[in-house]
Amino acid sequence: MKTKLLSTVLGTAALSALVFAAPVLADEEAELIVNGELEIVTKTAAPAHLSDSLDEILSGWRFRSDGTQTMQMDDFDNPGMLGAEVGLDQFETSMGSEGKACADCHNGPESLSSVRATYPKWNEGAGEVRTIQMQINDCLTTQMGAEPEKYDSAAMLNFEAMLAVAARGTPINVAIDGPAQSTWEQGKEMYYTRFGQLELSCANCHEDNYGNMIRADHLSQGQINGFPTYRLKNTKLNGSHSRFKGCIRDTRAETFNPGSPEFVALELYVASRGNGLSVEGPSVRN
Amino acid sequence: MKRIATTLVVLGLTAGAALAEVTPNDVAYVDGAIADSLTGVAGNAEKGREILTSKSLGNCVACHAAEAYEDISFHGEIGPMLDGVGSRWEEAEVRGIVANAKMTFEGTIMPAFYKTNGYIRPGDAYTGKAATGDLPPLLSAQQIEDVVAYLMTLKDE
Repeated sequence: MKTKLLSTVLGTAALSALVFAAPVLADEEAELIVNGELEIVTKTAAPAHLSDSLDEILSGWRFRSDGTQTMQMDDFDNPGMLGAEVGLDQFETSMGSEGKACADCHNGPESLSSVRATYPKWNEGAGEVRTIQMQINDCLTTQMGAEPEKYDSAAMLNFEAMLAVAARGTPINVAIDGPAQSTWEQGKEMYYTRFGQLELSCANCHEDNYGNMIRADHLSQGQINGFPTYRLKNTKLNGSHSRFKGCIRDTRAETFNPGSPEFVALELYVASRGNGLSVEGPSVRN
Repeated sequence: MKRIATTLVVLGLTAGAALAEVTPNDVAYVDGAIADSLTGVAGNAEKGREILTSKSLGNCVACHAAEAYEDISFHGEIGPMLDGVGSRWEEAEVRGIVANAKMTFEGTIMPAFYKTNGYIRPGDAYTGKAATGDLPPLLSAQQIEDVVAYLMTLKDE
């Protein structure tokens, strides 16, 4: 009896070990509906500028395991939503020497619902392409008399999460022509540059090999419509620039820093590859 | 004076030739293949298998699957399966592909394992910081020979 019980326990343990050893495959055909009502486009026709390389674009959500996919289907299960809530608190808090809160000028995050889908965006007054975080820092320093926030800091990502929720479900639609074009071209060139000792470009993995396994990782298209992203790996919200930094570091290259002009350009280009996918942040990824 | 120095260098080269490794910059590729051993020391297939399947060494398994090492978990599917590679390719061709696959397959995603320069923004391993000077190759000359020796044992049945 004791022996049988022991062998059953051992058998169960072995089975669990097996379950963890096998890569958990994603359901690439699943559809994302948040809270049972908000339909998110995670697969659609590629934008015209990609016609030579891709037919369809896919959100990273499609490449994740069933469990990770499910976490994003209900806001109570999505740990990234906590960041969005804190972001709203920050939005309503007075900061800086002017004694103003974001909410004193902006009529709720709803009034900013077009932001997440259209940034990075050309700023005429500044004469540069700006990311959301650059724009927030401009508000903090020139309107509110506050200190700038560090790029991809927790507070910045909370703001980003709040703005993503306000825009969730709307299609990514960044402009790539006009004054933004040269920055976009710079980002495109980076996307196809084979950096580092491993001589890997973004395209090597995310255009040529998405859907394939690299060791235990299921390669996605590297879309950023889901940012900011709550990663199970580090249990916090992550910004796209920090992700870029990690990717380029992993090619055994001298990487770039979050907020650098190079990453602003790369963000614009990578965002444009997702034109047509829904804003889905804060997303959940592994 | 200059002539003496040159003579000495030539003598030094000749004396060392029997034992010296071929450095990454001096590898002679012919149609992508490397005819001769990089070290003159026969590769150890067992060590080659270890290098090929270890993340901290060659990590070939990250991209290549094979039944031959099915005891190792998580085989990648970026490159071709390696079963039968020793029947499909000559040893010199395999050596060339492992050392620098781009000499055989133009534009391939496969990293060069025996190369030290010519990179864009080379970094100091995985630190994200800039490299100082030439990088050590991803694998040593003898490790390349070990991997080649193992791959040549993977014959079609």
